[in-house]
Amino acid sequence: MKTLVRHRLFWPTAALVGLIAINAIARPAFIKITIRDGELYGALIDILRNSAPLMLVALGMTLVIATRGIDLSVGAIMAVSGAVALQIIAGSDEPNNIGVVAVAVGVAMLVSLVLGAWNGLLVSVMGIQPIIATLVLMFAGRGVALLITGGKITTVNSSPYKVIATGFFLLLPVAFLIAMAIVAIVAFVERRSALGVLTEAVGINPEASRLAGVRSRGIIWGAYIVSGLLSGIAGIIYTSNISAADANAAGLFIELYAILAVVLGGNSLMGGKFSIAGTVVGVLFIQTLDSTILFLGVSPAQSPVFFALVVVVVVLIQSPRLHRLARRVSQSRRAPQAASTPEEVAA
Amino acid sequence: MTDNADNAAQAIVEMRGITIQFPGVLALDGVDFTLRAGEVHSLMGENGAGKSTLIKALTGVYAINAGTIAVNGATREFHSTADAQAAGISTVYQEVNLCTNLTVGENVMLGHEPRTAGRINWGAVHREAARHLSELGLSVDPHSMLASHSIAIQQLVAISRAMVLDARVLILDEPTSSLDRGEVEQLFGVIRALRDKGVAILFVSHFLDQVYEIADRITVLRNGRLVGEYLAADLPRDQLVTKMIGRALDDLASLSQTADRAVDRSGIPVLTASGLGRKGTLEPADIDIYPGEVVGLAGLLGSGRTELVRLLYGADRPDTGHVEIQGSAAKIASPRHAIDRRVAFSSEDRRGEGIVGDLTVAENIVLGIQARKGWLHKLRRAEQDAIVADYMSALDVRPANPAALARNLSGGNQQKVLLARWLATAPELLILDEPTRGIDVGAKADIQRKVAELSQQGLSVIFISSELEEVLRLAQRIVVMRDRKRIGEVDAGAMDLDALVEYIANEGKESAA
Amino acid sequence: MTAVDTVPRPAKVGSFRSFMSRRASLMPTFAAVAILILIFIGAQMEFGNFITPRNISSLLLDNAYLLILAVGMTFVIITSGIDLSVGSVMAFTGIWLAKLLAGGTSAIIAIPAIVLGGAVIGLLIGVLIQYFDVQPFIASLAGLFLARGLAFVVSLQSIRVENKAVLWLQSTRWHLGSWYITPTGILALLVVAVGAFVMQYTRFGRTIYAIGGNEQSARLMGLNIARTKVLVYVISGTCAGLAGLVLTAYSGAGYPRNGIGTELDAIAAVVIGGTLLTGGTGYVLGSMVGVFVFGTINTVISFMGAEQSWTRIIVGVLLLVFIVVQRAIVARAERRR
Repeated sequence: MKTLVRHRLFWPTAALVGLIAINAIARPAFIKITIRDGELYGALIDILRNSAPLMLVALGMTLVIATRGIDLSVGAIMAVSGAVALQIIAGSDEPNNIGVVAVAVGVAMLVSLVLGAWNGLLVSVMGIQPIIATLVLMFAGRGVALLITGGKITTVNSSPYKVIATGFFLLLPVAFLIAMAIVAIVAFVERRSALGVLTEAVGINPEASRLAGVRSRGIIWGAYIVSGLLSGIAGIIYTSNISAADANAAGLFIELYAILAVVLGGNSLMGGKFSIAGTVVGVLFIQTLDSTILFLGVSPAQSPVFFALVVVVVVLIQSPRLHRLARRVSQSRRAPQAASTPEEVAA
Repeated sequence: MTDNADNAAQAIVEMRGITIQFPGVLALDGVDFTLRAGEVHSLMGENGAGKSTLIKALTGVYAINAGTIAVNGATREFHSTADAQAAGISTVYQEVNLCTNLTVGENVMLGHEPRTAGRINWGAVHREAARHLSELGLSVDPHSMLASHSIAIQQLVAISRAMVLDARVLILDEPTSSLDRGEVEQLFGVIRALRDKGVAILFVSHFLDQVYEIADRITVLRNGRLVGEYLAADLPRDQLVTKMIGRALDDLASLSQTADRAVDRSGIPVLTASGLGRKGTLEPADIDIYPGEVVGLAGLLGSGRTELVRLLYGADRPDTGHVEIQGSAAKIASPRHAIDRRVAFSSEDRRGEGIVGDLTVAENIVLGIQARKGWLHKLRRAEQDAIVADYMSALDVRPANPAALARNLSGGNQQKVLLARWLATAPELLILDEPTRGIDVGAKADIQRKVAELSQQGLSVIFISSELEEVLRLAQRIVVMRDRKRIGEVDAGAMDLDALVEYIANEGKESAA
Repeated sequence: MTAVDTVPRPAKVGSFRSFMSRRASLMPTFAAVAILILIFIGAQMEFGNFITPRNISSLLLDNAYLLILAVGMTFVIITSGIDLSVGSVMAFTGIWLAKLLAGGTSAIIAIPAIVLGGAVIGLLIGVLIQYFDVQPFIASLAGLFLARGLAFVVSLQSIRVENKAVLWLQSTRWHLGSWYITPTGILALLVVAVGAFVMQYTRFGRTIYAIGGNEQSARLMGLNIARTKVLVYVISGTCAGLAGLVLTAYSGAGYPRNGIGTELDAIAAVVIGGTLLTGGTGYVLGSMVGVFVFGTINTVISFMGAEQSWTRIIVGVLLLVFIVVQRAIVARAERRR
């Protein structure tokens, strides 16, 4: 079992470490961390802070993919959640009131939970293919978010809300702490309870799991609910960061980055066994790469080219054909076996 | 036999000294094999004997390490299935390899559609297809969708396609597993017609009766080596089995004695089902079973046995009827309900509905217990290890490694793992659907022995098997089914194989006085 | 006792059942046509001047790019694949065309160049899928990233097109009474016609259906799976290139932000037009109907003066309805077996 774990996390972690090392060599300031006004400050800290939305979305995506599904609607849910929260704050008389902010956050989370449950209903109860089921919300979700904001970008001026994405607590960014806390909770629940192994069973063989008495429907439904909720929280962090709800830009393409993070972490898109730690490493890799690209002076809009290369490299590494080629190259020529005479069996 | 006996049957395919090596496994060791024109040749051997490896070498799926393959006298090297097809070797697999989203005619002609001026001439496609189909005596409408036909017909369409490709060699890999008696006869008619046309036919099946019915010649493999090639007429059945497994088979006979014990039917039945049915699947049927009893379900393929037990287990929802367990009414609408009432079910589709391949053997074994405990309460590691170790040794699961992935085990061992999973839940009623299908004889005996032992200890078992001898051997009572309906019940002790077959054949009509 | 399934049933029942089973795959497309007609009738009743030659002609003009994308997407989806890159490839080829033209390259060289560019990206995606066993989703995702990034590499801002040839594509109208058609419209219809012909009357097209039905079987039946699967993505990329040309001609400029989410529009159109996302069934003409449904809803929304985001929502709901109905039909067929 140890060798398996080593196999799974080894390459993603090595890649991350390698990337950090390259950065550290190119710009030594990269790994420099200082303390300013009770806050940790440095490029690495920025990466941790900026990774929060993707971390949450990718976490939800990991669970959904494990059940052999996919959730394409995460970006749209982010947009809706942000729009809801900001509308509530903008519409209130006291945007700086913590109570108002709490209500806004609460309602936004509730809405995302419902949207996730909707996805789960389509997939687990109606038996619709996950790609198709979540495509609907991906398609229509942003339109809904736009309607909520009335077609414009809602802005607010709320310090409590702003803290979520930009604040610091005990030296670390609040956003990062939130993300890590949630990751820890989910990981704990998955492995301490039987939820992890039952989810894996459902992903590997849904029918066998059903016949074995596993509550597949509930597990699959739950995965989409969690994905929706986590996307909603990501949306709150995103809008808190810019203090605005931009329905078109919120979470744009994030489903793709999330899937990439899951795959980078060594998880299979076919479902089954999953590793949350792997996804975390994948997310950090993506954020670090993003930072690297920015440092190279590449315009953010052009960075997808690099990510395309990353996707290609990752899938090539995981490709069975490549393994076969590698094996053939490293093997010596096969020696033909000597033919033996057939057994004579006494009639 | 046929007129072929006059001409020296000409060898179409000659495989000599075939050796195939996989990492750690010598799958074939210097095997010779010959296919002759106008002959039905059966390849026999237990699982792991090398049958399917040899076939894959002949069809271009595997490359060979040593030896030669000659077709019509010319040595050939197959690098792909297309190469084998080009050499005139066609294969029809168990899962019919056609496209159900296309018409029958298109399937027959796919890739070889007649064209005029570069564009496909659909009229000609369907005309040609009809011609090829009728050559085999089939009158299927070429315009109909393939999916609208039974598996039996789809298979015959696949054979027609092989003839379009002008196959000189036709390989049939387990073609009768999903067919009922009538369909098997139809298939055999087609096979004989092709044989008489001079096609060399390789027939692979583990149904010994069918092999003897259709094959002219038999080749036996064991452990990757050739045991010998024989004329079917010269090889009595028990000798064939002996050559296949290398030891005599009479240890199973002793099991019948254990079945012939009295069962106490004075108390409450473990389960009673009345009028249990589902529209389009099963006519309302009754069944009951007492503690410590083995009730067999006998009938031909398609008689409704699996459908009945799936309703009992809640794998499918019944439309009518009710079920009582231990005397109290039970609503069984899902497997969870059944499991809560201590019923267990091992599906006939071991790979698709039983084993969770990428989980370990240990995880598979405790899956039933864990599912029942729910996701919140995980089984403690120590407890899990103890349970797993117990069952792996009791059932002799090989390899004895609980961390091995379940998908890497052989069919027989996977079935044992499934059995372990269900026994670990301490059921009162265990339903086994075809637990010995496609398993080597050794594992078969192990499982049958275990069932007998468990029932003696008080477990009730409903047992389905297509091999009637097995059912007779293990059961006290046999419920007989036909055409999706229960037609009767017999006392196993009072029956022998011929009587049971006759009962199945005659019941429902006027039985001979 | 031998119940042979091949004896033809009594004429009436048999012919109806065989008619239905043959036509079953056309049902979703019929439904799409019905919906289109319903929308037209509804809009006509509501606005009074909806069904006019001018409106219908502009339907083709406005959606020519989507029509071309949908044809390519149909090819891909029938093989049970998916191509998420087409929107970004369209943007990339569009802006690249604008840049080439602005730099003085003649249209005769620039246009084939960008279409080839689209084809090359499609080729990369196809190779990843076929030769490296990458899932279509991930491979076309890489294509999406690549194309989108390249679009911004070409230019961070939009580039106007002054080239006469391309402007000709945009401004020429050939009139037939009150009806009109543009060169781009003709191009789109040509692509549809060629696509439909290839799918129905060539072995390549039939191989596509076979792959979508059962790839394993198609391989064992001796069909050239590898070449076909790669080619469908090349076709999709080529269509995206053509769509880039059409869109640039239509708007008179290349814009790197074009086409965000357009692949979804194409997928929605294809699904509404009757193609199953699971592959194996579908018709190019059906996708054309799907595009018109999409375009008509868009037109109705702007007629109503409502926000454009409503289009996406309504199409989303429509998509949902189609998907649920498709699922219900499949479930009923499964239960009957």
